[in-house]
Amino acid sequence: MEQEPRIGVYVCHCGVNIAATVDVEEVAEAATELPGVIIARDYTYMCSDPGQNLIKQDIREHRLNRIVVASCSPRMHEPTFRAAAQQEGVNPYQVEMANIREQCSWVHKEEEKATEKAKSLVASATAKAAQLDALEEREVEVTPAVAVIGGGIAGMTAALDVADTGLPVYLIEKQDHLGGRVGDLNRTFPRLESVSELLDPLIERIQNHPEVTLLLDSEVMQVDGYVGSFEVTVGTQKRSRSGELDERSIQVGSIVVATGYDVFDPDRKPEFGYSDYPNVITSLEMEERLAEGDLTVDGRTPERVAFIQCVGSRDTQLGNPHCSRVCCMYTAKQSRLVREMLPDSEVTVFYIDVRTFGKGSEEFYDEARSKGVRYRRGNVSEIYRKRSDPDHVVLVAEDTLLGKAIDFEADLVVLAVGMEPRDSASSISQLLKLPTSADGFFLEAHPKLRPVDTAMDGVFLAGCCQSPKGIADTVSQAKAAASSALIPLVRGFVPVESATAVVNEDLCAGCGMCVDVCPYDAPALDELWGVSRINAVLCKACGACAVTCPAKAIRLQHFTAEQVLAQVDALV
Amino acid sequence: MALKTAKMAEQLELFGCIQCGKCTGGCPVARKTTLNIRSLIYHMLVDSDMDVDSHQELWDCTACFTCVERCPKDVEPAELVISLRGELVESGRVPETVGTALMGIFRQGNPSGMARQDRELWAEGMEETLKRAKQAAKEGCDLLYFVGCIPSYDQRIQPVARALLRTFENVGLDVGALGTEESCCGNEVRRMGEVGLFEMLAEENGELFRGVGAHEMVTTSPHCFNTFKNEYGLDGVDVMHYTQLLAGLIERGELTFSGSVAEGEEKKIVTYHDPCFLGKQNQIYEEPRSILQAIPGVELVEMDRNRERSLCCEGGGGRMWVEGTNLEERLAFQRVEEAAETGAEILAVACPFCLLTLEDAVKVRGLDEQLQVMDIMELVDLASEADSEADSEA
Repeated sequence: MEQEPRIGVYVCHCGVNIAATVDVEEVAEAATELPGVIIARDYTYMCSDPGQNLIKQDIREHRLNRIVVASCSPRMHEPTFRAAAQQEGVNPYQVEMANIREQCSWVHKEEEKATEKAKSLVASATAKAAQLDALEEREVEVTPAVAVIGGGIAGMTAALDVADTGLPVYLIEKQDHLGGRVGDLNRTFPRLESVSELLDPLIERIQNHPEVTLLLDSEVMQVDGYVGSFEVTVGTQKRSRSGELDERSIQVGSIVVATGYDVFDPDRKPEFGYSDYPNVITSLEMEERLAEGDLTVDGRTPERVAFIQCVGSRDTQLGNPHCSRVCCMYTAKQSRLVREMLPDSEVTVFYIDVRTFGKGSEEFYDEARSKGVRYRRGNVSEIYRKRSDPDHVVLVAEDTLLGKAIDFEADLVVLAVGMEPRDSASSISQLLKLPTSADGFFLEAHPKLRPVDTAMDGVFLAGCCQSPKGIADTVSQAKAAASSALIPLVRGFVPVESATAVVNEDLCAGCGMCVDVCPYDAPALDELWGVSRINAVLCKACGACAVTCPAKAIRLQHFTAEQVLAQVDALV
Repeated sequence: MALKTAKMAEQLELFGCIQCGKCTGGCPVARKTTLNIRSLIYHMLVDSDMDVDSHQELWDCTACFTCVERCPKDVEPAELVISLRGELVESGRVPETVGTALMGIFRQGNPSGMARQDRELWAEGMEETLKRAKQAAKEGCDLLYFVGCIPSYDQRIQPVARALLRTFENVGLDVGALGTEESCCGNEVRRMGEVGLFEMLAEENGELFRGVGAHEMVTTSPHCFNTFKNEYGLDGVDVMHYTQLLAGLIERGELTFSGSVAEGEEKKIVTYHDPCFLGKQNQIYEEPRSILQAIPGVELVEMDRNRERSLCCEGGGGRMWVEGTNLEERLAFQRVEEAAETGAEILAVACPFCLLTLEDAVKVRGLDEQLQVMDIMELVDLASEADSEADSEA
């Protein structure tokens, strides 16, 4: 039943954020003249409880059926106002927002013009509000299981947290063993715990947990579906190791991505001569040597050991602008262990900045220095070897605190190699439609408020696939990802956005152009009826299909042609 | 007069600098002079003005661009040296020899100030070939050979240019040349800070090249090559150093060798010095080596510091015309000793400046009995048909 629009308009001051530039009273006053507007008000903070109560009270008193809030971007507070309206029986899709802060007061200086613009924005939103349809809210059921991709410390931690709730988990690992990169380490900072003491109990629990299905030698081939009901196709190498794969399909409600990182290849910095000199090794090779207790080079015990920081990190030339976050600390650890193993050795760390942000990290750095590790500020530019002295290499650097170019001779050099996005990140990104950030790591939905969520509902991130981090942060993030992945499972259903595209089957000719144009695979052709149908769960309401459809059979709800044209008419 | 730092710091985007010290650390002259580019950047960022006059060490920079190569933050430290030199040039406070070189280029189109009409003297004995090349350029040709100032005038380098022209002829390449109309490329002019003169040269030369209409250009010197390729904006022209062109000819079997650089089945041990303007600045490391490996009688050995780690000979960036603040320790001395340590009999180069500085160093260090400095082109010539210069001299 079509109702006569009865619109309430609410103009927010946002303290001084809007009111200092826009004459909010004048905007509210002007709104009363707009068609369908029953009442218009201005208030200090519309999002506050008293502000919301104003709206609720007006709905009751004036029988309002449409609400326009002129305030900030809808990103933050549209849900707030929708909920307030819904409590009073107004359909949440009949609430419209005019952004007079980010799109007006914050970007303009002249009060008069800014006020005029705010009036136009309010008129436009009001015109659309008059046309808004009440949409039905829907929900779908959830498959109570989780897939975790990656069997490193992040993946194992997330998998165990999910499994411990009694829900089934599929842990998919590419290699034939668990442990990931952490398995290549010897001891951890800042407590010098042995890595096997950390990892072995985790691995054992994974292997024996009744709710964990462990899929080693396996890779994700395809992901279909949506939050609540994903279908993940997994390929597992056959025992024969012939390269052939056994394929299986698993049904899960959410997915945790914990695919880790690649180690920087030092040959991409040829000036360090990594492949030329046996005295130049990577920090991971140093881990191995420390584990074996053998630091000799060609049978000689090193007397001067040098560490070089930031190899492959903080380097825009290499396309790695990021800090790898762990190198400062593992260098403090390794340099200290070298001093302990070889008390007569001279150990020097060449650095740009020392970053010790974790708990106990600065104290650990203090200890390394107190054990006699020398820190010299200035990073190494080049390494070469003199023909007359093949046992040593020469580090070419500037000690920037002395302001002096130096040639530093060493018989063992450790390159503190950083982390890079996995080579396979782009294929995983395609499979799961996961965006990556400029540095190539997977992009979280919001760096502060939604750190483990992604742009894809039901897909969560854990560990270094999101950005470089140490073990402590990785485990924290893995536990966060597990609990986020459990949210839809515990609730049992997921709400489905109603502002999506719908097909009018009477008009649809089944040409399939909407199928081709959709980036989310939401439309599909019904072969029997020869029409397109759009999966509302997959639809992101981008509108590409609606404008492409030659028969104009697709209607983008909440953004219909009539609604948008009314908005435009009010502006021009 | 003090320079106001803010504007230049902004123009050169020095604010990206994190003071890591890789520039000064890798700087080949930082060990022998007071030049500290990292510190200069810091002063540009934190001081409001700079007394540029007090930094005579600015003339020590060889413009090898190792600092640019090593910078992890895409700052271009060498460009600061060039800009600061520009300040000195603008107010006329330049070493006398720099002034003479710039004046020579302005008046005669070459830094030695030799007469423009003598620019063709390099082609002695090949006058007819040059004449045909000039005619080709006049009528419009596809490949233009830019000889360069040092190869045109310096008697030590002239044979390199002749060998190149002879090779073009032997393989039947139709090249054009500009003869006396050719002028200095301006690569060193820009690096000495004389931006106005550089822009004038780039404009005039650019017009000249467009008139020929060549789609490919080849140079004797990596310095000319560098500025044409990276600073001229010659759209639609593929600029090559001769080592690139020759490596291609050899790979396609169009250039073959009938002779050898050694007697009979013997081999000469050859090491190769990467010129900064070819290697570090343009990443051309393999082509010169592939030519050397194709030349019969050559056994190529490497110095420890090769390719990205090559040591500058100290002859570039205008250093050909200014001694610098430390005359005793020359990088070229160090370099020829490194070459000698490999056991090489020949130190091969692919740059006129490297050839002159290193050959001089070999003599001063008394290594001339055991080590000979040669351009790759001379080795190509030696291993080619009977009409090579070495043979005809013999």
